[in-house]
Amino acid sequence: MVQKKAASRVSEDAEEELARAPLQAVLLADSFAQKFRPITLERPKVLLPLVNIPMIDYTLAWLESAGVEEVFVFCCAHSRQVIDYLNNSKWFGQPNFTIKTIESHNSVSAGDALRLIYEQNVIYEDFILISGDTLSNMSLTQALEEHKERRKKNSNAVMTMVIKKSKPSPLTHQSRLGTDELFMAIDPETKQLLYYEDKADHLKGSITLDKMLLADNPSVSLHNDKQDCYIDICSPEVLSLFTDNFDYQHLRRHFVKGLLVDDIMGYKIFTHEIYSSYAARIDNFRSYDTVSKDIIQRWTYPFVPDVQFFGNNAAKLERQGMYRSSGIVQSRSAQIGPFTVIGNGTTIGNNTKISNSVVGEGCNIGSNVAIEGSYIWHNVTIEDGCTIRHAIVCDGVIMKSGAVLEPGVVLSFKVVIGQQFVVPAYSKVSLLQQPTKQDSDEELEYADDSSGIVKIPSITCTSDKLSGKLTSELSETQRWATSEVGAGGVGFIWSVGEGGYEEELRHSVAPIPADKLAEIIQAANDDVEMSAQDGNLLPPSGELQPDSNSIGSEDNIEDMRDDYIYFEKEVEATFLRAVQENITEEHVVLEVNSLRLSYNKTSVDCASALFYSMMKLALETPHSSTSELLGNATNVIGTWQKLLKYYLPSLDEEIEVILKFEEMCLESAKEFSSIFVQVLHLLYDKDILQEDAIHNWATEKEGADESDKVFLKQSEKFIQWLNEASEEED
Amino acid sequence: MPDVEGLVNEFVVKLENRKVEGSHATARLTAELLRSVISQQRVPSTNQAATLIEAVRVVGDKLTAANPVELAVGNIVRRVLHIIREEELLLLTKDVGGLKLIVGSDDEDTAEGDYNHVASAAAVAASRNSLLRPSLHTLLENIQNSTLACQNSSGGDSEEKSKSDKNSSRRKVKHNVIEAVNILIEDIDACHELIAEQAVEHIHQNEVILTLGHSKTVLEFLSAAKEKKRSFRVFVAEGAPRYQGHVLAKELVKKGVQSTVVTDSAVFAMISRVNMVIVGVHAVMANGGVIAPVGMRMVALAARNYAVPLVVVAGTHKLCPLYPHNPEVLLNDMRCPSELVDFGEFSNCMDFGIDSGAPLLHIVNPAFDYVPPELISLFITDIGGHNPSYIHRLIADYYSADDLVL
Repeated sequence: MVQKKAASRVSEDAEEELARAPLQAVLLADSFAQKFRPITLERPKVLLPLVNIPMIDYTLAWLESAGVEEVFVFCCAHSRQVIDYLNNSKWFGQPNFTIKTIESHNSVSAGDALRLIYEQNVIYEDFILISGDTLSNMSLTQALEEHKERRKKNSNAVMTMVIKKSKPSPLTHQSRLGTDELFMAIDPETKQLLYYEDKADHLKGSITLDKMLLADNPSVSLHNDKQDCYIDICSPEVLSLFTDNFDYQHLRRHFVKGLLVDDIMGYKIFTHEIYSSYAARIDNFRSYDTVSKDIIQRWTYPFVPDVQFFGNNAAKLERQGMYRSSGIVQSRSAQIGPFTVIGNGTTIGNNTKISNSVVGEGCNIGSNVAIEGSYIWHNVTIEDGCTIRHAIVCDGVIMKSGAVLEPGVVLSFKVVIGQQFVVPAYSKVSLLQQPTKQDSDEELEYADDSSGIVKIPSITCTSDKLSGKLTSELSETQRWATSEVGAGGVGFIWSVGEGGYEEELRHSVAPIPADKLAEIIQAANDDVEMSAQDGNLLPPSGELQPDSNSIGSEDNIEDMRDDYIYFEKEVEATFLRAVQENITEEHVVLEVNSLRLSYNKTSVDCASALFYSMMKLALETPHSSTSELLGNATNVIGTWQKLLKYYLPSLDEEIEVILKFEEMCLESAKEFSSIFVQVLHLLYDKDILQEDAIHNWATEKEGADESDKVFLKQSEKFIQWLNEASEEED
Repeated sequence: MPDVEGLVNEFVVKLENRKVEGSHATARLTAELLRSVISQQRVPSTNQAATLIEAVRVVGDKLTAANPVELAVGNIVRRVLHIIREEELLLLTKDVGGLKLIVGSDDEDTAEGDYNHVASAAAVAASRNSLLRPSLHTLLENIQNSTLACQNSSGGDSEEKSKSDKNSSRRKVKHNVIEAVNILIEDIDACHELIAEQAVEHIHQNEVILTLGHSKTVLEFLSAAKEKKRSFRVFVAEGAPRYQGHVLAKELVKKGVQSTVVTDSAVFAMISRVNMVIVGVHAVMANGGVIAPVGMRMVALAARNYAVPLVVVAGTHKLCPLYPHNPEVLLNDMRCPSELVDFGEFSNCMDFGIDSGAPLLHIVNPAFDYVPPELISLFITDIGGHNPSYIHRLIADYYSADDLVL
């Protein structure tokens, strides 16, 4: 009720309100995700340094410069660290900028956080919702005005989402920030968001729009080149909506999609596109890399390393985008390349080469070290002759001489890498052991950070005095004897996460290697080819699915092909069950028919699928020679000939079966290739195939490539025999 | 009474976020801030000037660090420091002068107070002259100062008389400094007007003027000439990438000046038809070179090629006592690349997920150019026109050598 009152008051004297109410913001200092593990086990994501400054400072500096006066920082994981950090920062005690922290230990999602904030009853106006890993330099004035204007006209316009143009890569189907391609449908007139899909399956290459969407809106523009900035201007109703829908967890996946689908309440979401300003959220290591580079390239101006926007030590910008702080001890022979940031108090030895990297404060880099495209945090020791390429090295890491980090490696806090040890690509090394429990369940994804983790008590202490402690610990840590990270090394190598290797590639700091990229391109090409092939086989009745409006005919075909594979599997399963449980033919026909209907297939598909399953059964029945295999085939076909015949009402289907058999002999069941003719003869004998079908097949194949004619040549004699037989009959 | 620290922090944040733009505004705000710093500063009985200097220096340090590119901040801080030193010196010499005076005339009367003060002021001026290096400016200023000092002291005479000497002198330093800073602020406010007054002497009938980008000083200068019924034409180079020239052209048209907008790259083609180039700058360095909006060097070279005079209009607050090669001087501000290109259009060139991961596209957007003194014909400041070679004299007048490094 309070909310409602507030809402009505807003619409009455919104202008007055605009003048005096302080602009509020809710900053979620927890991403409720695990992309930055293992680093985030020890330090919250918002405090991780981004070009040597904690992420949250970028967010707060922006909020302040954008005119926000009151910020509620919601802390969950490692809340103590976040609060301590903020307490000691310059953000407290600003005249027109207050920060209040809200602490929670049992929130596992953004939804929970917002519900808690609603309970606290502190938000009574339109507010900015942002997470602590987002950085921007946009001006909020216009977006806010637009939002309030819309609210006055229609109080259901609860949210304005900030978007920005950014083209996804056509090869990898991911944005520069490593997130999946995002599809949005926006009304070009009102800027209303109509459709939002960030988990589109790019393998299928299609998205599905509700046809009501097209019917209800005079014009819809569909974008895949927009990036969601994760900056939202929300009305207080948003909080109550989260409370009403207690199952909303994820801001986008549940809340946005929920509102878009729900047409009873009629809540609307609008978009605000920014052009000249920058905004991005750091969601994974890839975006960490990209955003760091954007900062170095000054897209985030004035939040760049050489501007002192937050009591930090401003570095000086030199030629070619090189930022150097004042207190650097650098050997004359060291080469520091372009787009590099070197923090205060770092020493760099002879002949060391650094390019495209960020080096933090107080690092000690030896001689003949090569660092490329990497992020070295604070107080790291890198001994002589190390090589680091596209890696993240956290605070206090020690790399013994000659150690090598291959692309994509992440070394968490205070790990020690042994001499000459090569850390394999994409591995993550931490002092903490990988949680044994794999939480693949959706709910568990949000599980408390400390669950299932074996903490090593002496090492989890987070203060910086650990460097001194470490030496004493080294003797104690004889249990690292069987160290996974080389002689004298300390740390566990984590196995590749749930997402698998592919995910790892997409989200790591390292660029996707050339051979992998070639594979992706190849796969994409194959897909196109295959779909083109399948396109010829497609039945003419390839209608659109009743309640969908697929986009792009090619994608549609792809879709069908996938469908066919599933269908074939189902039919095979049905058939095998029939064999094992002695189900009668009529029942099998019934079941296959129902499958046919549900998959929207024709009898041709049924015939070829059934035939395929039979031959597979014959193949899987134990046999020692090709003659035995032929025997098996004879048995199976003999038993189930009626079933097969049922689906072969005309010549076309019979030809289809021969083609299918040919395909099988070439691909999945090569054993049959030697007895192709015999099986063909068998089918003819059993009256499954008519003579005309075989003739038609032969003539059809006449014009094909030489390679395609292998089986035609094999069966030449058989066809000849057929011809002679029919002549004799005449 | 607002909290000084709060005020300082607020201003620092504004500078950091680049919320204050333009040297005029920055200079004015800095001066006002320093005035309140001084007025809030508690002064001990001894060494008052040193305390004030220290206080101003601490604040000045913060301010210059907040935006090292905006040289006007440092200029004003140094000006204020110079003012404090001057006042201290003034007081010192006055004490000396007073002593002399007392020795000279034993019976000091209340009735003769006025006369005495004039006399003492003259003595002050004389003694100060002996302490300071001689220059035309100091000579001129002395006359003003002595009359000013005379007025000041005569104003508060009756009260001060009753109080002890020390107390009055203590209050006086602070008081005088604040007065002087007020004058400085007035000067900053009046600089556009003072410069514009000289416009008719420089712009003649039917001339063609070329300018680059937008500068308030240039606008006032040209408008003043127009108001005095001069008829002339102006070519405005648009000043990419911020296109401030468009704004200037609009404003000029409002004043009834015949204006032509050209691209920056067309400057060389147009310059042969131009009689004079008048530009505003970001800062004037001690060697007479200037830091000016990007593209200015090209304009200056074009002007030199065709022997067209390049006139720089700048208020004295832009006068920087540093040389362009000083390490404290941050010559340039690399601004956001999005002023040049649209991020969305180029985003696929900056996908670091493919290829080597090294950025292949780099967009550089410097804000300033350095124009050496050889290319500049004349400076028009609020204290008259000067040659580039004379700038170092002006700097000696306005700044003390002790403050060059803050």
